[in-house]
Amino acid sequence: MGFVVVLIMSAFIGGVAGYLGSLMLSKRMALIAGPLGHLTLPGITLALIYGFDVSLGAFFFVVLGIIVIWLVEMRTKLPMEAITAIVFASGVATSFLFLPEDKTVPALIGDVSQISPEAGAIAAILSLVILFVTKKIFSKMVLVSISEDLARVQGIDARKLNFIYLACIGLVVSLGVRIVGGLMTAAIVAIPACTSRNLSKNLLQYSYGGMILGSLGCVLGIGIAELTGISAGPLIVIVSTLLFLLSLIAKREET
Amino acid sequence: MPKTILKVEKLNVSFDGEEVIKDLSFEVKEGEVLVILGPNGAGKTTLLRALLGLIPYTGKFAWATENISYLPPQELLQRKGLPPLSIEDFFRFKNVSIERILKIFELVELDPSLLKRRYGALSTGQFQRIIIAWALVDDPSVLLFDEPTSGIDIGGQETIYSLLHRFWKERNLTILLVTHDLNVVWEHAETVLCMNKEKLCYGNPRKVLTPEELERIYGTGIKYYEHAHR
Repeated sequence: MGFVVVLIMSAFIGGVAGYLGSLMLSKRMALIAGPLGHLTLPGITLALIYGFDVSLGAFFFVVLGIIVIWLVEMRTKLPMEAITAIVFASGVATSFLFLPEDKTVPALIGDVSQISPEAGAIAAILSLVILFVTKKIFSKMVLVSISEDLARVQGIDARKLNFIYLACIGLVVSLGVRIVGGLMTAAIVAIPACTSRNLSKNLLQYSYGGMILGSLGCVLGIGIAELTGISAGPLIVIVSTLLFLLSLIAKREET
Repeated sequence: MPKTILKVEKLNVSFDGEEVIKDLSFEVKEGEVLVILGPNGAGKTTLLRALLGLIPYTGKFAWATENISYLPPQELLQRKGLPPLSIEDFFRFKNVSIERILKIFELVELDPSLLKRRYGALSTGQFQRIIIAWALVDDPSVLLFDEPTSGIDIGGQETIYSLLHRFWKERNLTILLVTHDLNVVWEHAETVLCMNKEKLCYGNPRKVLTPEELERIYGTGIKYYEHAHR
């Protein structure tokens, strides 16, 4: 029962992370999921110490971090990556002041062994909601990447979209820490999108490719973890990387 | 008498306290081609962006239509580092049917096979035709074009302007065009607005664009070849 719950939940989280990742890659923001993942560490630390859901703790700190990043960016016009680096570094430093030694590994690389069916179902439903919202904003965000002026003339509110987009990233990162921990969330966002990019010719193939590959990486990683007893988080990342390497070969044969 | 499609009154734009556009007033009639002329940094692009409500301004302007299409200079459109976007995907941003896309491709003489090509893989000339088709695909009544031929060779420039001229005649388009190219003014403009932060001259180019005026606009002697024909 526990394995099936984890498998289904991971497929949903991996899918939405890959889908959103394809948008983040096109906005050159895929790596921001890394710092944001690290930013969840204070939340995960508190959750592990006081025994509440890690995604809840993670989400609170990611939202806090995103609001700080968004406000500082608007006021200073510093690049978002630079502001994120400042915010995440302070988050990591703070969490290591309090993180108990025996909780360090689960906080950093994830732990799927204690997930209840209710928590799994909530994570799957949340993933579907994020997928739906991301699908709504996807093409508009790509047009904003081409030209914000052009997008605004088409009636697109770039500021509002950016906020929704950041909220989706926050949620995906918070869900992602469940399966790969605070250290490797960038992987489930960036790697499937890179793989899909190698294999696709248009936006539809690319975005849905990211979703399918994200799901596949998680399902295979969780499956191998069940068989071998190794932690699922690193296996998900390794499987996703192998899929990426295979896509490089496919791309080379195509060209 | 054609109706006024744009009326601008005492438009001012400042960035960080520096005036970029000062007390600019003019109007554009339906079906008119207005060329906005001026040296680099004169505020031409800023004017278009203000008229589209993209930047803060003071003063007044009123459009008699909402059906406006805009093309920024080609170099301001991101073409690298994007997802695998096909040309068809690019046209789908406008929520138009494939039939309309194919129709506009036919009108601007683009090969429909280009729809499957990658957005970032086109030559500058092809890309310029594509974005002109993109601007026209939803049948706008006003076109705002900023340097539509920057980076294109002379032959390509001729083609682009002939294309715009054809659409202008066939569809009774109103066109506001920013350019440095005086030939375009002689060939296509009914009205010229010369500016350098403020209005320097405004009216029929044959009347207002004297060699003295050109020197005042650009601050240096400009070779003056008026085309006799249109």
